Amino acid sequence: MSLAEPLPGARSGAAPGQPEWSTPGACCPTGAAAVFARTGGLARFVSDAEGGLKRLDLLVPGVHCAACIQRIEEALPKTPGLRSARVNLSLRRVSATYDPAQAEPEDVVEALSRLGYPARPFDARAMHDAERDGEGRDLLARLAVAGFAAMNVMLLSVAVWSGASDATRDLLHWVSALIALPATVFAGMPFFRSALGVLRHGHVNMDVPISLALILACGVSLFEVAESGAHAYFDAAVSLCFFLLLGRVLDHGARRHARLAAAELGGLQAHSATVVAEGGVRRVVAVEDLRPGDRIEVAAGERAPADGRVIEGASDLDRSMITGESRPEPAAQGSEIHAGVLNLSAPLLIEATATGDDTALAGIARMIQAAEGARTRYVDWALRAARLYVPIVHLAALVTFVGWLLAGIPLSDAVLIAAAVLIITCPCALGLAAPAVHAAAGGRLFRAGIFLKDGAALERLADVDVAVFDKTGTLTAGEPTLVEAPHDPALWSAARALAQVSRHPFSKALAAAAEARGLPAASATALKEVPGCGVEGEIDGRPARLGRADWCGAEAAADAGSAVWLRLGEAPPARFGFEDPLRPDAAATVAALKARGLEVRLISGDAEAAVAKAAAEAGIAHWRAVATPADKVAALEALAAEGRTVLMVGDGINDAPALAAAAASISPASAADVSRAAAGMALAGSRLNPVVVALDVARAAKARVFENFAFAALYNACAVPLAAFGFVTPLIAALAMSGSSIVVTLNALRMRRAGRAAEAAAPPATGGPA
Amino acid sequence: MTILLATIPASLVLGGLGLAAFLWSLKRGQYRDLEGDAARILFQDDERPPADPPADRKG
Repeated sequence: MSLAEPLPGARSGAAPGQPEWSTPGACCPTGAAAVFARTGGLARFVSDAEGGLKRLDLLVPGVHCAACIQRIEEALPKTPGLRSARVNLSLRRVSATYDPAQAEPEDVVEALSRLGYPARPFDARAMHDAERDGEGRDLLARLAVAGFAAMNVMLLSVAVWSGASDATRDLLHWVSALIALPATVFAGMPFFRSALGVLRHGHVNMDVPISLALILACGVSLFEVAESGAHAYFDAAVSLCFFLLLGRVLDHGARRHARLAAAELGGLQAHSATVVAEGGVRRVVAVEDLRPGDRIEVAAGERAPADGRVIEGASDLDRSMITGESRPEPAAQGSEIHAGVLNLSAPLLIEATATGDDTALAGIARMIQAAEGARTRYVDWALRAARLYVPIVHLAALVTFVGWLLAGIPLSDAVLIAAAVLIITCPCALGLAAPAVHAAAGGRLFRAGIFLKDGAALERLADVDVAVFDKTGTLTAGEPTLVEAPHDPALWSAARALAQVSRHPFSKALAAAAEARGLPAASATALKEVPGCGVEGEIDGRPARLGRADWCGAEAAADAGSAVWLRLGEAPPARFGFEDPLRPDAAATVAALKARGLEVRLISGDAEAAVAKAAAEAGIAHWRAVATPADKVAALEALAAEGRTVLMVGDGINDAPALAAAAASISPASAADVSRAAAGMALAGSRLNPVVVALDVARAAKARVFENFAFAALYNACAVPLAAFGFVTPLIAALAMSGSSIVVTLNALRMRRAGRAAEAAAPPATGGPA
Repeated sequence: MTILLATIPASLVLGGLGLAAFLWSLKRGQYRDLEGDAARILFQDDERPPADPPADRKG
């Protein structure tokens, strides 16, 4: 028996084609089984494996527990032609091998989708660096070597400090040199390379004083040992390497997660499209091969692969990810459709007008790239500290050297003392100050359900003074909820019977509400969905219709888009009203942000009335409706031009450029992939309160980093005079450097407590809309 | 102090072994999927016959 119970196979309830991001937090996802045409579209993602087999690596965002691993690894090899499957849970990857004589790469995707895991290929070449993580492994290897050398050299140094003398001391020094010199060359290489790189361009960074201190420590010590001197700094050189590499490893870990998230982009767009040629012959082609003028079939539940015009069929379109408009829109012949728009109820035939890079979606992607350019101008705290610090330290060493020369001591002694200044001021604590805090804050945020993409996002969040929210899917849950309904149970039962056959969001909400009230569905016959209108059928011999007001014979009211009507026989139609309500903690979150001194604004692509209502309920005075993605970016740029630092919270593709343009950005769990990639942080779960927690943690992190900088400055203020007057021995240098590194790290660990108040103040989690 | 001639090489060799083991495991990709390894420990291998029941292990 396995520990993980076999899970029920295909679960009911998941609508076919339901996008994976619409079910955040659901354990073991239930994607719909999909059939993939054998078009060779996956061929470019296939690589060779041993024994004449082929390998396909897939990104499977749905795997996240032991049961998922077991299901996939047991079921895949049982599929004909497939040989093995290996899940990487950290990276959400599945690597499968198959026999090319018996199977196609599409079989792997199909097998996964039958298990309920939507999978998508990724360009292994593009992902190569991020996935293999050569740099991380390289840093870890160097860290291990530095740690080994530091421990051994420190032991030998302890023997020297305890009073070894003469030949014994020389022996211990020589052994230290034999360990420390190769170790420093190997472990210090990242610093030397980086320092050389910036010096070539006439800049300085923290690696310049680090490299100088390492080289001087080794050089001066070697000179001392050759002269049988007492002062060897080998232990300082290797422990410096160790502590600094530790900071690098922490930093790299955070950056790697950011890169992986960015590389996973592109899942939103359809990968293949069904082109209908003359005479009705259907052909599946890769999206890249679509041309304007192609007639494309878009099945219900699919996203349009290109911009185009509807030439046949009628359906409802969910444009919310592109426009922010929350209500589904009916589409008929002649309607415009954009790439990425979700087709809800019936197949459509469209004629492509723009494909590939010319689509509105690709335009948004370009806006994201342009906006991100602005963000790279940000100078992080550690670099700012380095710019201040480096000239001061080098000046101090120079003054020391010249001073002692003028005082008339031999050149070699003056070099030794100046070197001691550089060694003891080597920015060990400074190098650890920011990465240690970022790593601690990242862990703290992770426990609060916030994924931090990189340390810089946290730094920028600490400085924000305006928060701009999107409405649909951010302040609101993005799903309609029934708010008005007749009381007659018979009507409810009839409505449920009709609603449960449709994939329209209103129907789904209505069916769910009926189920929650325990009202059974009436027995209905001859059910038929009329795209763009509603569902009709027969109940107890009476014709029944559920759908648009005019189709059901009701007065078409102004709120036509937010209600469905039920007409049973000849009775007057009954109204079911829907709203996209605010998330339960939206108003509390807005109030908490205001209490922290932020101005809160709302910018949405939705209609004016809906935005005004949401703004009033959430307590936001500044709002703007019908904003295009470009309007949103322009609004943020205008705020930035006023000298404000903006936090953008949004989820749709239409928000993605704004998320990339804002100083800091957060996207909720339900957000589109592009938006999550563009945002600096992403939330898990359905609550908004983590935004406040993130802000508190960011502000605490800023305080900790600056405390660390202040401590490093104080340490240097004490150490430099001591070193300059020649009082520093290798023992003092070792104690001072290790001590300051430990103090800085411990201070960073205080981050664990940050943000508790905001978490405690949040209202208890509710189950969301019933 | 001749004992140093034995103890220093001994400590270096032992430490070096540990370092070599770590570098080997790093190179073999042992740290690539820490989350997955944590989950996999929960599996029992269905292929093999069940191991000795723990109840048999008396005193």
